[in-house]
Amino acid sequence: MNAPILKLFGVILLLFAALLAMTSYNSVINADAYRENDRNARPQIEEQRIHRGVIRTRDGSVLARSEEQESSLYKRRYTDEGRLFAHAIGYDFLRSGRAGLEREYNDELTGRRNELASVFDELRGRQRVGDSLVTNLDAGGQRVARAALQGRKGSIVAIEPATGKVRVMVSSPDYDPNALDTKAAAEAPLINRATQSGYPPGSTFKVVTAAAALDSGQFNPDTTVSGNSPIQVSGAPLQNFSNAQFGDIPLTTALTNSVNTVWAQVAEKLGRERMGDYMKRFGFGTDPPLDYPDSQMRPSGVFDIEKERFLPSDLEGVDIGRVGIGQERLSVTPLQMATVVATVANDGVRMKPHLADRVVDLDGRTVERIEPEQAERVMSASSANDLTEMMSNVVKEGTGVGAALEGIDVAGKTGTAERNIAQRINQPWFVGFAPLNQPRIALAVTLEDVRGAQSQGGAVAAPIAKQVLQELLK
Amino acid sequence: MNERNRELFALIPASLLVTAGFTAVFIQRDDVLSNLSLTYGLIFLALCLGAHVVLRFTLPHADPYLFPLVAVLACFGLVMLYRLDEDLARDQAQWFVVGLLCFAGTIVALRSDHRVLERYRYSIALVGIALLLLPRLGSPVNGAYLSFHLGPIAFQPAELAKIAIVIFLASYLRDTRQVLVVGARRFMGITFPPLKHLGPLLAVWGTAMVLLFVIQDLGSSVMFFGAFLALVYVATNRISFVLIGLGLFALGARVLYALRPTIENRVSAWLHPFDDKLYDQEIGGSYQIAQSIFSQADGGLFGQGFGQAVIKLGDAPPILPAAHTDFIYAVITNELGLLGGAAVLLVYLLIIERGFKTAMIATDSFSKLLATGLTAVLALQVFVIVGGVTKLIPLTGVTLPFISYGGSSIVANFILLALLLLVSDRARREAQVR
Repeated sequence: MNAPILKLFGVILLLFAALLAMTSYNSVINADAYRENDRNARPQIEEQRIHRGVIRTRDGSVLARSEEQESSLYKRRYTDEGRLFAHAIGYDFLRSGRAGLEREYNDELTGRRNELASVFDELRGRQRVGDSLVTNLDAGGQRVARAALQGRKGSIVAIEPATGKVRVMVSSPDYDPNALDTKAAAEAPLINRATQSGYPPGSTFKVVTAAAALDSGQFNPDTTVSGNSPIQVSGAPLQNFSNAQFGDIPLTTALTNSVNTVWAQVAEKLGRERMGDYMKRFGFGTDPPLDYPDSQMRPSGVFDIEKERFLPSDLEGVDIGRVGIGQERLSVTPLQMATVVATVANDGVRMKPHLADRVVDLDGRTVERIEPEQAERVMSASSANDLTEMMSNVVKEGTGVGAALEGIDVAGKTGTAERNIAQRINQPWFVGFAPLNQPRIALAVTLEDVRGAQSQGGAVAAPIAKQVLQELLK
Repeated sequence: MNERNRELFALIPASLLVTAGFTAVFIQRDDVLSNLSLTYGLIFLALCLGAHVVLRFTLPHADPYLFPLVAVLACFGLVMLYRLDEDLARDQAQWFVVGLLCFAGTIVALRSDHRVLERYRYSIALVGIALLLLPRLGSPVNGAYLSFHLGPIAFQPAELAKIAIVIFLASYLRDTRQVLVVGARRFMGITFPPLKHLGPLLAVWGTAMVLLFVIQDLGSSVMFFGAFLALVYVATNRISFVLIGLGLFALGARVLYALRPTIENRVSAWLHPFDDKLYDQEIGGSYQIAQSIFSQADGGLFGQGFGQAVIKLGDAPPILPAAHTDFIYAVITNELGLLGGAAVLLVYLLIIERGFKTAMIATDSFSKLLATGLTAVLALQVFVIVGGVTKLIPLTGVTLPFISYGGSSIVANFILLALLLLVSDRARREAQVR
């Protein structure tokens, strides 16, 4: 009977080899895929054991820190100042998950280095400690911006044009990030309106149209176009604000007074393809290259509600005249509009916006610096300078006088998107930058659903922009 | 060096292992080195020495490696349980003592000649089947009738029944193996055993089917039936009998699969562990198997270290359910990595190798078959649970011998070990005389 016993042992050896193979598959071969499985909460639980790095403003104030709990687990705690930055920095809790910079820079904040370095650290008995993150965010600017919105729904984004550093990112209403530890917050305040809300841009979009007009060489600031009202655009009459008649006027005047009929004609003359091309160059149609989670950003562009997607850059079938003045189905984020004016301010070069400045280790050494990076040259420097000149007139003597600062020249453009004409509900906008010769700040300000006679961009958004600029240029 | 001295030396690393294990858990827990770990190590060593002395006097020639190998597994199980829950470990330690007493009792009772068991084979078979049917009196757990409550003690009779059934089969097949082979006829290229002797074999098949249908315990039935086929094969050296048996078992399992939702659930949870619907399903879903795989993935090659696996957080229900019983292999892989899992499998393989070796040097057919059957049933039990936990086969709940928490499991497996050592002692003594 010994021969069959040996064979039986052979079969059992095979069975055990299969067990070993399966264990290897689960624990080593396919382990990464299992670790990344959405159902697997372990990696996040593991990370609660790590002293997570601190998040700071650009001048070093602490926004988020790790506090040790009883069972040697760490929990995120946001400082009072941290609340100002709720949307930008996000949150990190076992219960509510992870968002914002906490999510985007999770590897850095949890001190994840390459595998080899970690093994050496472990051998030396060093506990894994997170690196801290220094942002570009400005506590003063953020505070002023938030206060200026007075709790109304809206958003403000301010960028350094030459570097793309995001200095202010406010979304209102905001929330207390510490509250997310114990209960999942209602969805609405969590939305970062700066990157996730699509709004009609109104006349601020005329900056894009003007850029396309000047840079294509078909127009210059002095080209005259008829500013009479109404005119037929795509078979429907289009009026100026209050149906004002302007006669033949140069483009500079048309921008200063935000003359709809002129810019609609310009856009029609440029055509869909050219307009689409310049929009694409400004970054419309794709997620912004911001260091922020993709799931918390959306592109800007002409949105087809029926097909639930943004139209491609050929813009086939759109009423291009109305796109030229910010109507049609345009849906843009405040971040996108801030990027548009920052590009004009930076001599026509679009920089990638970034919230984080550098990663610093426990000993204060800079581990990683986020360098300014050019995204694309959108237009020639001379076109940008012409456009700057035109936009400065808007603040000097046009619809944007509310944003004028003493001693500092400001360039800008107002916008008022009509949400509900009968009830006079508007979406006021102001986009602009300052100082004129050496722009240091470009910004976009918008508010949702403002009612009444004084609900235009010039009346509501421009004064807010003024306050924020004043603070940031101090 | 004679067998017993070799055994004695082999027990030292086992005790060192338990001391080191407890030390690791203590350090992880409190950052202090408690001399309690040394105490536990000493108690464990004392218990093993006690068993060793029994062996020295009763079975001087028995295999010297079996007991130390089992001691390694048992101490490993104790440390693992201690890390999961101190109370469980204390319980288990008591059961460990009970198990050793039963171990010694079995040896003392049968030391003159274990072949007396043959005389009681039908009584033993009846007791085995009765044990299996006992839990039917209680209420099902997760759709299967697994345990029987005797006062405060939950008792899993399948563990003891497996020994009874192996004894019966070894004895029965010793008698009939010749006729099964001689009377066999070939039909359509397959060798069939004679009809007259087919009856009892069909009865075994029927019993496995009844088990399957009545107690709805797929794991135990696979174990029993596998051991049965292994014994039939070793007794007759006819692979065709095994194939016929497998076919019949598959047939029964297929019918049950169509009839019982429990089994169908397990199979779909096995095939699609991350399916949203199955994962969220409260009863019989794939949550357990998915979490088991996540724990193993968390382990990697070297593991997270003793006491580092995430089993539960706060007062919430555990992330990995049944960590101390069915899923203890997942915890081992999580904390000690692929290497730890492989080490455990290797220890089992060494025990199995010693078991089969014993069977091969035994001179009488009953002893050969008994050692083969006991070894095979142990091997299959490891295969069924580790295979289930690693998603090699559908998950069915049986314990991991000597490691999982569970009194009946510890006691039954120590009795199994006692029988193996009894066979071994006689075989080696006779080998020396010759």
